[in-house]
Parts: sequence; structure tokens; C-alpha cells
Amino acid sequence: MLAPVLELVAIRKVYGDTVAVGDVSFALGRGEFLTLLGPSGSGKTTTLMMVAGLVAPSAGTMLLDGKPLDPLPPYKRNIGLVFQSYALFPHMTVAQNIAFPLEMRGMDRREIQRRTGRALDLVGLPGYETRYPDQLSGGQQQRIALARAIVFEPRLLLMDEPLGALDKKLREQMQIEIMRLHKQLDISVIYVTHDQDEALVMSDRIAVFNSGRIEQLGAPEELYERPASRFVADFLGESNFFPGIAKVVGGEHCEIEHGKDRLRGRSRGLAAGQAAVLAVRPERIRLAPPGSPALASENFVSGRVRNIVYLGKSRKYIVQIDDGVEIAVFEQARGDRIPTVGVGDAVTLIWPVDDSTVLSA
Amino acid sequence: MKKPRALTPWRALRLAVCGLVAAMMLAPLAIVLTLSFSAAPFLTFPPPGFSLQWYAKFFADPVWMATLRTSVMVMIPSSLCASALGTAAAIALSRVRFRGASLLIGLLMAPLVVPVIITAAAIFGAFRVWGLYGTVTGLILAHTVLTIPFVLSTTLASLRMVDRTLESAALTLGATPWRSFWRVIFPLILPGVLSGLLFALVISFDELTVSLFISTPTVRPITVQMWSDVRGSVDPTITAIATSLFLFTLVVMLAETLVSRRARGRRPPLAALGF
Repeated sequence: MLAPVLELVAIRKVYGDTVAVGDVSFALGRGEFLTLLGPSGSGKTTTLMMVAGLVAPSAGTMLLDGKPLDPLPPYKRNIGLVFQSYALFPHMTVAQNIAFPLEMRGMDRREIQRRTGRALDLVGLPGYETRYPDQLSGGQQQRIALARAIVFEPRLLLMDEPLGALDKKLREQMQIEIMRLHKQLDISVIYVTHDQDEALVMSDRIAVFNSGRIEQLGAPEELYERPASRFVADFLGESNFFPGIAKVVGGEHCEIEHGKDRLRGRSRGLAAGQAAVLAVRPERIRLAPPGSPALASENFVSGRVRNIVYLGKSRKYIVQIDDGVEIAVFEQARGDRIPTVGVGDAVTLIWPVDDSTVLSA
Repeated sequence: MKKPRALTPWRALRLAVCGLVAAMMLAPLAIVLTLSFSAAPFLTFPPPGFSLQWYAKFFADPVWMATLRTSVMVMIPSSLCASALGTAAAIALSRVRFRGASLLIGLLMAPLVVPVIITAAAIFGAFRVWGLYGTVTGLILAHTVLTIPFVLSTTLASLRMVDRTLESAALTLGATPWRSFWRVIFPLILPGVLSGLLFALVISFDELTVSLFISTPTVRPITVQMWSDVRGSVDPTITAIATSLFLFTLVVMLAETLVSRRARGRRPPLAALGF
């Protein structure tokens, strides 16, 4: 890996008795798109604000291109920041807003004009120079805020829930737009969101935050397929959990005892006798008639359908297994296939061992 | 076309009360205004005829002109000082949360609440000791203290409307705190500051009680001169002066309305002032 653009080493932020951010460390690669994902209050925005210089860390070090960032005030960091509220200057036109960072750097008028025009082209709003922010739609304001944050060619672009205020359609459109800009400008991005879908779609890597710490950091697929903790399995996508006791531990797999059933899944670092949960994604489970045979590489449990929810592109089955735990199963809904399973029917749930993850409870 | 509303007893009562209040407030003004154009050599109402003699007398009299000059010389620096200090205080109070912040606001707003006579007596006592009694500087300082509350409250109201993240945004875009204030915050609170400044001008120009305590025959604002004049002879010139002062106040207040209306125009409302 190339030398990282930004490195955080044991960054900490304490407000009185509450630890907002506790010993967060990560390195951001050149041109990387890193998402800080977590519920509100998990410390992701505070971490972002410390990088921007708007919040002072209580402890730890930050390095930008290997040089300490902490002594620099925000206006000397050369880091672009897009706020959730856009923070466009209401008394300035679009052109004046975008020109602001260039003016602060003492650029001459012609150069400012050239760069402002190019930034507007980049975000797809040429010709909007003389408009005022309140004459723009939310999506357009977002684009102007983005243009203003990249026009001075910052070392790093930070985005704090930039799409939070937009409706779903526009949000998806802007996600693609931001990804395109990221590729085109080859800029390193730290992106904060609480929207897991957004994180999965956009990121090179995701850092999942939970109460001020990074729970897991990795590529989206890695996090989805191999969650390191119950929190990650639950927060990123949907998961079913079978609680139990780890029985047979060895190699890549672990077997747990869940009621009268024995279930196996991928695992590492668990000790026999430890309380554990087996996590499996709803879309990996198959519904079969009761007593259907399962392969040696599959887990199975029996239960009864409690509810069926039609979701358009799929159906969600809520199945209560024999010990009372409710399990969700997604099945692709196809127009030509009338569901053969109804509410109240007894079923067997079957899924591959390799699609299961055993985590400490 | 709008249909005229029926005159219910309740509506009639409301109209009557409103009309009465308006009449109570405007009648003295109307009388003074009319008398200032009177042709009679003394105060009689209704006037037997109309002339501009009292205005001519007012503008020709060196005593009135000297006191008017003093008033202006006090009004302009004191309202500028009050604007600068009041704005600075508003900014500090709006962003720094510290123990005693509300106490400080209370102290700064005190001249509005404390009976003016008490403020006047206190200033008189202090200025005698400090050698500011009977000086223009003393009047400027006293009027500054009296008008700071107006600037403070209009500017605080404006600041509450300004999104705090705008300043953070300016910082991340490379503006020093100083430049981010002048380029981003100040233009946004300017309507509030201007409103405060205009109030300060009017308050200082109309101020009597404190000026009465600390002025001398040589350094005397026009209001004090009017007061002593009314107590002696009843010269109708006073009505011309009163009308002139009223016109000045009216113009300034209209300007204030214009400032706050313009602020509400294109941008988010900034100067919704509760006065």
C-alpha cells in the first residue's frame, strides 16, 4: 500500500465524563473512499470534525501526508468539508460561494473565474453563477456545496451525512454522482452516514462505529459476509441470530448447541463452552417442506410460518422455530410462481454452513 | 372584490377601542404640529392663521443652533460607539457559554429597566468625580451606555438567525476567524446592527433625563434647552423644534423599517425585531 494520506492514531474525544470518541485509529489510502458508518451518537461525526479541525481531540495524533495535523487551525489544513446542512453562504451568489476558498487563497480574478466555471461544470450546474442559494433545490444546493469543497483542490474531502436531507430518489442519484466525482478527481474521501445501503454502495472500505469505537473496518463485502461482531451483523443489513453455546471449536468452523439443534458456522477465536450466537442473512435461508433432507454442508431447523409480508421484489417469511425464536427469510417473488407455503404451515429452514457466522454473544 | 365584513357588536367595540387609543396617541402630536405653523404670537388653539415664522426663528437663533449642534455631536459618536460595543458584546454572548453570561446580559440591558433617574443620578455622581461633567465626551459616554441595550438586542436577534455552521464552513474553506467574521457573519447580522444603530441615533437625540444632569449652559443638547425654555416663557418656537425632532425620528424609523424589510427579502429573515 502507498503511504496513507491520513492517519489517525488513538484519537480520543472526551466531554466531561462522556467518551464521544475512544481510541479511534485508521489509515486512509490515497484516492480511497472510506465511510464512517454508525448510529447517531456513535462518534463518527465527532471524528470527522476532529480531522477538519473544528473539534480538538482530547488525545491521540493525526497525520496528513505524514505531518502532524493537530497544530494546524482549520483554515490551514486544506481539507474540504461538506456539511449536512450544506452551509452555503446565503448572502452570496453561487459563483461567490464557490469563489470564496479561492479568494481566501489570494488567487487572481481570472483564475478564480476559470476554476469556478470548471467546478460548476463538474457538478453539472453550469450557468448557475448568479443564483442565490435559496433559489436552488436541495439537490442543487448539495452540488454547490460539493463544488465549493473541491474547487480549491483539497488534500482530502470530508462529507458529513451530505445526503441526509434529500428524498430517496435524489439520494440514489447523488450517490452515483459523488462516486463519479470521486473517480474523476481521484480524491481521498471520508464519508459519514448512518445509512447502511449508502455505505455499501459507495465505499471502498467501511468503518462501523459503535459507542465511540470502530467495531470493524473493512471492504463492504467483507463486513457483510464476515461480520466481526453481533453489532456489525445487526447494523449492516439484516441478520437472524440463533443464540447458543459453542460446543465443537476447530479450524475455520464452530458448532453451537441451540436448543436441541446443532448448528455450524464459520468462526475464529471462540472457546468451547462460551455463549455464542450464530448469525445468518435472511436471503441465504431456503424454505423447504418439513423433513426435507439437508446436505452435510447445510444447517437446518424446523418451524412454522407465522406471517408472510409481500415486499414487491421479494417476500419476507416470519418463521417461528420450535423453541420460539422468530426467523426472517427472504425469497425472491416471481410473478409466475404462486407461493406454495402459507401462514401456519410447518416448514424446514435450510442454509449453507459457510453462509453462517458464529460470534461471541 | 373583497366582501365587506358585517359590523358585529364585538367588531364595533374593537374598532372603537383601537380608534380611541390611536386618537390618544396622535392628538398631542397633531396639536403641536398644527401650532408650529401658527400665525399667532403665542400658543392658541386653533391657530388664527398659518405661517412659517417659528421655523424661521428656530433656524435663525444662535442658541438653538448651538444646542442642535451639540446634540448631533453627541448623537453620532455615541450611536457608533454603542453599535460597535453592542455588536461585539452580542457576538461574545451568543457563542461563549460561560457562567454569568445571563448576568452580563442583564447588566448590559439594565439601562432599559432601571428608572432613568437612577441611572442619571449615578452618572452625575461619577462624572463629577471623573471630570466628565459638562463635557461633550461625558454626554457621548452616557448616551453610549443608554443605547447599548438597543444594539445588543437587535444584534442578538439577528445572530440567532445565523446558522453557526456557516462560520465553521468559512474556516474549513481557508478563512481566518477574522475574515470569516467580516465576510460571512457580519453581512448576515448587518440589518440587526443597522437597526440598533438607528434606534441609538433616535434615543440619543431624544434623550433628556441624563443629559439634564450632566450638561451645563455651555454644553447643552437641544432637548435640555427645550426643557428649560418651556419652563420659562412659552414661546411657540418650541413647537417648530418639536416638529423638527419628530420628523427626524420618523425618517430614521422609516429607514429602520426599510432595512429590516430588505433583509427579509431574498434571504432568510434576519431582523425580525420585537420592538
